Amino acid sequence: MALRIWASSTANALGLSVASKAPALAPLSRCFSSVLDGLKYAKSHEWVKHEGSVALVGITDHAQDHLGEVVFVELPEVGAAVSQGGSFANIESVKATSDVNSPVSGEVVEVNDKLGEAPGLVNSSPYEDGWMIKVKPSNPSELESLMGPKDYTKFCEEEDAAH
Amino acid sequence: MAILRQSEKLGLPLMNLVRFKGMPILDQLKLEEKLLRTTSDNCCIVNDGADAPTIVMGVSGKLAELLELESVIGDNVPVIKRFTGGGTVIVDEGTIFVTLICNKDAVPKVQPYPRSIMSWSGKLYDEVFQGIGDFQLRENDYVFGNRKFGGNAQSITKDRWIHHTSFLWDYEDRNMTYLKLPSRAPEYRSARDHTEFVCRMREYLQRSAFIDKTIKALGNYFLVQPANPSEVSSCQVAKFAHSTRLLSKQELEDACSSSKPGTIAQSASI
Repeated sequence: MALRIWASSTANALGLSVASKAPALAPLSRCFSSVLDGLKYAKSHEWVKHEGSVALVGITDHAQDHLGEVVFVELPEVGAAVSQGGSFANIESVKATSDVNSPVSGEVVEVNDKLGEAPGLVNSSPYEDGWMIKVKPSNPSELESLMGPKDYTKFCEEEDAAH
Repeated sequence: MAILRQSEKLGLPLMNLVRFKGMPILDQLKLEEKLLRTTSDNCCIVNDGADAPTIVMGVSGKLAELLELESVIGDNVPVIKRFTGGGTVIVDEGTIFVTLICNKDAVPKVQPYPRSIMSWSGKLYDEVFQGIGDFQLRENDYVFGNRKFGGNAQSITKDRWIHHTSFLWDYEDRNMTYLKLPSRAPEYRSARDHTEFVCRMREYLQRSAFIDKTIKALGNYFLVQPANPSEVSSCQVAKFAHSTRLLSKQELEDACSSSKPGTIAQSASI
């Protein structure tokens, strides 16, 4: 098993807010999380932004909202191989560890070291400062199987409505 | 085949019930992790008591912050890092374990996220403890009133999840002295030390009654069928690497040394 970069929390010092770009929420209303244009989305609620030879990966606003306060993030090592749909990271929130699955296959070329001291960035800035890994895709055509913003928005609404 | 037809008739998913007594907690956790990640059956594990006192930490737990390391090392108390989140417990023969491993669509209306799973488990145990004590799920703990008797944790994969609980049927007060007051604690704890914060389940119901009621409550959501513990625990899977592990004495000593004032910080091998 590849070695891991362990990220530890200074949660007590962090004043985490759950929502990032989402509008203010009434306590009993349905939560509509933000979905950005220009990204592709996986059914397991990760996003990917393909920029040239590198793909940036993180979890969506919908996912961070449902996970709760993130207190620990375990990321892979640079050089690790990831496969589409396979777990590459682990997030701890509300006494649970949750797998994060890669939307694309390839090689990890960079990880977000900031998540070590500030795991709450995943909550406060899921599409920007809370990015998790950069991947050199081995099969860019895999992106075609992912959802665009409109389809992902609909997917989230249907998933929440079913529960 | 008959059970399959019955389950289809009832519309309930199958759940294998595996019962152990006195299974070492390290073995139990490794089995759970393997069943979660390499099988597709719903499974309930009941372990009626562990063996020797053992400390079990969550995936992100830090030794020096959570344990009185000099005592732990001096008394040779084993320390395990488990694969789920959550806090630190010390378990022994007075602890009863109930573990639920489910496919993500097994329970209607439950999403594979921590709060959704725990909301359902709270309802399940509401049924178990109906009329017993002032039971509630309070800030993710199982309590009678404001005293915790059950600590739970979870791990969620793409298609499955596990919710496991250690219930304090009974415990030794002196074992609680190995645990520090955690920096991340629920508000209702109000900075109480362990002996003021937890309570014994034996003061509320009999051991066998608890297990029987739990299995009965599960029957409202699953078609529970007994499974052979030997077969379940001996299932072989090629190339599965557990993340659950027993920490070495060296790791404990390194953490203890690093935490002392004036010590040059060393990177831990954990």
